[in-house]
Amino acid sequence: MLELKDLTVHYGVIAAVRGIDMKIEPNTIVTLIGSNGAGKTSTLNAIVNSVKKKGTVIFDGKDISKEPTHQIVQDGLALVPEGRRVFINLSVDENLRMGAFNNDENFERLRAEMYRLFPRLDGKKQQLAGTLSGGEQQMLAIARALMSEPKMLMLDEPSLGLAPKIVGEVFEIITELKKSITILLIEQNAFAALKIADYGYVLENGSIALEGESENLLGNDEVRKKYLGG
Amino acid sequence: MDLTTFLQQLINGASLGSMYALIAIGYTMVYGVLRLINFAHGDIMMVGAFFTFMATAAGLPFTLAVLLGILGSVIVGVLTDKIAYKPLREAPKISLLITAIGISFFLENLFNVIFGGVPKAFSAPDYLTKIFHLGDVYLPITVIIIPIVTVAILSGVLWVLYRTKYGMAIRALAFDIPTVKLMGIDADRIITLVFALGSALAAVGGIFYAVSYPSIDPLMGVIVGLKAFAAAVLGGIGSVTGAVIGGFILGFTEIFVVALFPELGGYKDAFAFFFLILVLLFRPTGIMGEDLERSRF
Repeated sequence: MLELKDLTVHYGVIAAVRGIDMKIEPNTIVTLIGSNGAGKTSTLNAIVNSVKKKGTVIFDGKDISKEPTHQIVQDGLALVPEGRRVFINLSVDENLRMGAFNNDENFERLRAEMYRLFPRLDGKKQQLAGTLSGGEQQMLAIARALMSEPKMLMLDEPSLGLAPKIVGEVFEIITELKKSITILLIEQNAFAALKIADYGYVLENGSIALEGESENLLGNDEVRKKYLGG
Repeated sequence: MDLTTFLQQLINGASLGSMYALIAIGYTMVYGVLRLINFAHGDIMMVGAFFTFMATAAGLPFTLAVLLGILGSVIVGVLTDKIAYKPLREAPKISLLITAIGISFFLENLFNVIFGGVPKAFSAPDYLTKIFHLGDVYLPITVIIIPIVTVAILSGVLWVLYRTKYGMAIRALAFDIPTVKLMGIDADRIITLVFALGSALAAVGGIFYAVSYPSIDPLMGVIVGLKAFAAAVLGGIGSVTGAVIGGFILGFTEIFVVALFPELGGYKDAFAFFFLILVLLFRPTGIMGEDLERSRF
């Protein structure tokens, strides 16, 4: 579904991502874990071309390395950005409308589907997104990304700053989504991410240090010591 | 001041305020999405008036001439963005601002070269030069038409901003451009739409001005543009409603100051800027502006 070849990101003279290769099979959850500053967000931003990069990105059989961000999203690759970035000056309903900007004919149906999938948002349709709690904003950000009916969804730290109970809800929804779409999940909460993922990559200082089936990574001593707290 | 004079000045103020409001919206919307004070915007208004003038001079019916004037402004406004501002999206805001001033000088001088600096009489059709008398109140038909058309146009703009997906995208863009792109939206197309909308409104303002005063010259946009800019800041830059309120406040003040203190008539243009300074001193975000970093429509 998605393939990265020798992906490199530089900020000035500093290399954030140093030539990584990844391959994500359709209808799987793949997670990219690593500590703060390892290059996880830079990798995602490079995939959607919102930062300058070198290397090749193949999505659904098509080279999207040079495509502008909005075109990549129209191709069916959606990103839920770090820090949620809901439009705080727009209502919940309007945020969903923005997600379906190029999907007018399915808007009504998808909106109803999202309120079913995220019942917490249902009573707050006309509320400004800025007045929602962190958990609700995260759910709105995911719902908004799903409004374009993407083939693949990338989530950047969806658990960041959320209460454990809400994190559980968000992860349940991600597991549910796997039935229909491919997911690339970026997390600092490595344990939770590996538990729902099929495959994992460990990023260290901009390079892939380890990769493998999630169970194997969960059992790996080095991963346990560094990312799973023992 | 007796009631008749008061009514007379009220209507005159509404008419003048309408023109400021129409032009101020373009300033505020462009600022909202690009954080740019588009100093060429006043000249876009002049362009609209000149295109209309040329079309009438060529013998076209007035309605068609107005449409061509609006179209001319839209094309020049959008081209300004594409040619001058778009390459500077990632550049420091000060570069953008200086470019805007450069575009302003360019347009003024271009029209000066083509048409000369001598004011040209703007001939409106007969039905726009009628004058009604309501008791002692003296009502040129334009003074009635201008506020009505303005209110209709403003309702249309608000409808677009709040009821259509394009308007929502404009509001979203004012807050977060990178995330708008993540919605699969071509942000540059939305910015083009903002310039087109703002330029069209400026053209209408310019045509109203030309019909009311009735003369045009290549520098007509300078003072009117600056006053509309003052109106936008007064109302809270980035807020469309604020721009409208600011425009009308400025229009009413200017008219009433002259009516109440005729000896200060020569200073009427100074009042807009006096107000601007006062607002900047006591409420830097303007009447409707909440947060300079996070302007809202």
